[in-house]
Amino acid sequence: MSVQIYTPEAFHRQAHDALGNPQIRRNFRKAMDGLMSKRRDVFSDWDLEALRELGANIRLRALAKLPDLLERLEANCQANGIQVHWAENGDEACRIIRELCEARAARAVIKGKSMVSEEMHLNQHLEAAGIEALESDLGEYLVQLNEQTPSHIIMPAIHLNTDEISEILHDKTGTERTRDVDYMTAAARAQLRERFMAADVGISGVNFAVAETGTLCLVENEGNGRMTTTVPPVHIAVTGIEKVVEHLRDVPPLYALLTRSATGQHVTTYFNMISSPRKPGEHDGPEEVHLVLVDNGRSNIYQDNELLDTLRCIRCGACMNHCPVYTRVGGHTYGTTYPGPIGKILMPHMLGLEATKDLPTASSLCGACGEVCPVKIPIPDLLVRLRREAVGEGRGNVPGAGVKRSRKELLAWKGWQWLATHPTVWRGSTMVAGKLRGLTPTKLGPWTEYRTAPKPAKASLHALVKAHQHKDGEGRS
Amino acid sequence: MNARENILKRLRERSDGPLQVPESDFSVVTGRDWTPQERVERFERLITSVHGEVIHATLTDWTARLEEVLKAKSVRRLALGREHPVPVAARAALMDHDVELVDVDRDIEDWKREQFETVDAGLTSTGGAIGETGSLWLWPTPDEPRLISLVPPIHIAVLDADAIEDTFFDVVEAHGWASGMPTNALLISGPSKTADIEQTLAYGVHGPRELVVLIRHPRESA
Repeated sequence: MSVQIYTPEAFHRQAHDALGNPQIRRNFRKAMDGLMSKRRDVFSDWDLEALRELGANIRLRALAKLPDLLERLEANCQANGIQVHWAENGDEACRIIRELCEARAARAVIKGKSMVSEEMHLNQHLEAAGIEALESDLGEYLVQLNEQTPSHIIMPAIHLNTDEISEILHDKTGTERTRDVDYMTAAARAQLRERFMAADVGISGVNFAVAETGTLCLVENEGNGRMTTTVPPVHIAVTGIEKVVEHLRDVPPLYALLTRSATGQHVTTYFNMISSPRKPGEHDGPEEVHLVLVDNGRSNIYQDNELLDTLRCIRCGACMNHCPVYTRVGGHTYGTTYPGPIGKILMPHMLGLEATKDLPTASSLCGACGEVCPVKIPIPDLLVRLRREAVGEGRGNVPGAGVKRSRKELLAWKGWQWLATHPTVWRGSTMVAGKLRGLTPTKLGPWTEYRTAPKPAKASLHALVKAHQHKDGEGRS
Repeated sequence: MNARENILKRLRERSDGPLQVPESDFSVVTGRDWTPQERVERFERLITSVHGEVIHATLTDWTARLEEVLKAKSVRRLALGREHPVPVAARAALMDHDVELVDVDRDIEDWKREQFETVDAGLTSTGGAIGETGSLWLWPTPDEPRLISLVPPIHIAVLDADAIEDTFFDVVEAHGWASGMPTNALLISGPSKTADIEQTLAYGVHGPRELVVLIRHPRESA
C-alpha cells in the first residue's frame, strides 16, 4: 500500500479518486450504516430532545464562563498537584511536550488517542527530536503502522477492512495472515503490552476537564487510555481550551450523549477520571501529571456569536456518521485532521479559508449533521456562514475571508439583481432567451461533467401562467 | 506565562461582548425511581450484554462462589488487597486453597513485569454500581491500586446489591464526588473491548478479557 499525502487544497481531486474506489465506498457505507442504526436504537428509550437541550446548554454555560473556568481548572489542578501549561498554537504545545519529555530523558512515549495531538502533528515533532511516539489505541496503532492519518475521529482505521488490516499487521509486525479478528487483537495486545511497560511518558487527550474539581475525564473501550495514564512515570494530557466544563455534575449528561452519539453504546467500557498524580503511599499511577491547554485558533472562533457554536463540539463524530458526503468520499479526502461536517466548520479557522475554501461547499446542506448533533451545533448554518466569509460577504472573522471573492461572479449577481428588479427589461430578456435557446453552450464547467446543460424554455413560466389565466378567464365568462 | 495571559485576555475581551449564562435542567438524567430489584436486573442485563459475567451470592456464601469462579477459570495467581473487608474475607477463605495470593501493596516499579505477565486475575471491591448503564464504580486505594482492575486478564469485582444506584448523575450527587475527588475514579462497564477492525467486536484488547461481577445480596432476599 503506497503512502498518499492528502491536502484540503486537493479536495476535488481526492473526492474524485475516492468516488472511483469501490473498496473505500464499501468500507465507509457499511460502517456508517451500522453506526446510524446503533445510535437510533440506543436513544430509543430516551427523551433525546431534553438530553440534547441539556448538553447544548451545559456546553454554552461553560463557554459563557470560559476564561474564569480555565483559571479555576488551573488553580484546582495545581492544588491537586497537576502542572498546567498553556500554548497559543500547536507548535508551542509540541515544544512544551518535547521539553517535558526531554526533562525526563524520555526516549519512548506511549500515546492514548488524542485528536488535538493529531491537529498539532505531535508524533512527527517528537520523532524529529529522537523521541519515539507510539499510538496504543488499536485503530490509531494500525493507522500509524500503515503510515496514514485517522480517517474518522472515533474510529481511526474505519477506512481499512479486515483483509487490509491483516496485511498491514503481517507486513509490519510479522503476524500470520488471517481473517481472525481475535487473533489480530491478541497479537496487538502482546506487542503493545511490552511498550506500555517500557514507556517513559504517556500522552493522552481529554474528553472533559472539570473546573470545579481539577479532574481530567477520558472515555474509552480498550483500556489503552488507562494504561497510558497509569503505567508510565509521567502522564501528559493535552487538550483544546474549549473542553472545560464547570461542574462535575455536568459530566454525566455529556458522557451519556457522547457514547450514544458516537458508537451507539449505552456506555463505554471505561470512564477514567484523573485528579492528581500518585500520592504518597499509593503504589501506582504517574509521579507527574501535566495538562497542556492548547488554543490554536479557538480563542478567535470564540470572538463571534455565531461561530462560537463550533466550540460546543464534544467530538462524537455523529455528524460524519450521518453525512452523505463523508460516507461517499471517506475521511482522508478532506485532507484535514478533523474530517466531515465538524471538520468543515472547524478547519477553516485552523488552516485559513485559503487552504480550506472547498470544504464548506462540499455539502448539500441536507441538515443531517445538525439534526443528530448531541449539543445542537447548527452545522448547516455555519457552513453557509463560512461560504459567505469565503466570498467576502461575512464579517471577516475567519482567516482568509474573501479568498473566493471574484469580480466576475459579483458582477453577474449584480446584473441579475438589476434585471430581476426591472420588470420590463426582465420580460424582454426572458423572451429573447427563449428565442435564442438554441445558442446555449453545451459545456458549462463542472455542472456539465455529469449533467446536460440547462436550456431556457421556449416561454417563461411567467408567460405561461399569464396565458393560462387568460384562458381560464375566457372559460368562466 | 505569556501564552496564558494572551489567551485569557482574548477570551475576556471578546469582541461580541459577554455571553448569557443559561440555566441547566438536569431532570432528564435523574429521577428513574427504579426498585432495588429493577436496578439489579437492569445492571445485569446491560453488563452481560457487553460480555460481563454476573454471579449472584449472599453475604455469607460469596467466598464459596469466588472459589468456584477461580477453579472454573483455572486461576493460579490472584492479586488482591489486604485491608478492605472484601480482600480480607477472600484471603481467609482461600488460605488453604491452592490459589497463590499475590500482594498488591507494592510499588508498581518493583513488580511491573510480574504483574503484567504472571498474575491470572485481580480481585477488587467496588464503590457501587449504576443500573442505567450497567457500570461499576471504583475509587482505587493504596490497598487496592489502579492497575489490578486493568492489567490481569481477569477482573473479579465484588458488588453489594444495595449499592446499585439508578444513574451516574445520581451517584455523583449522592456521594458528593464534587467535594473531594480521589487520585483516580473509574467507571467500568464490561471487559476491555475494541471494534477497530472493521467494526467486529473483540474483547480483551489491552485490559481484562473477562470481567466477573459477584453480586452479594443480603441473605433474606437472595
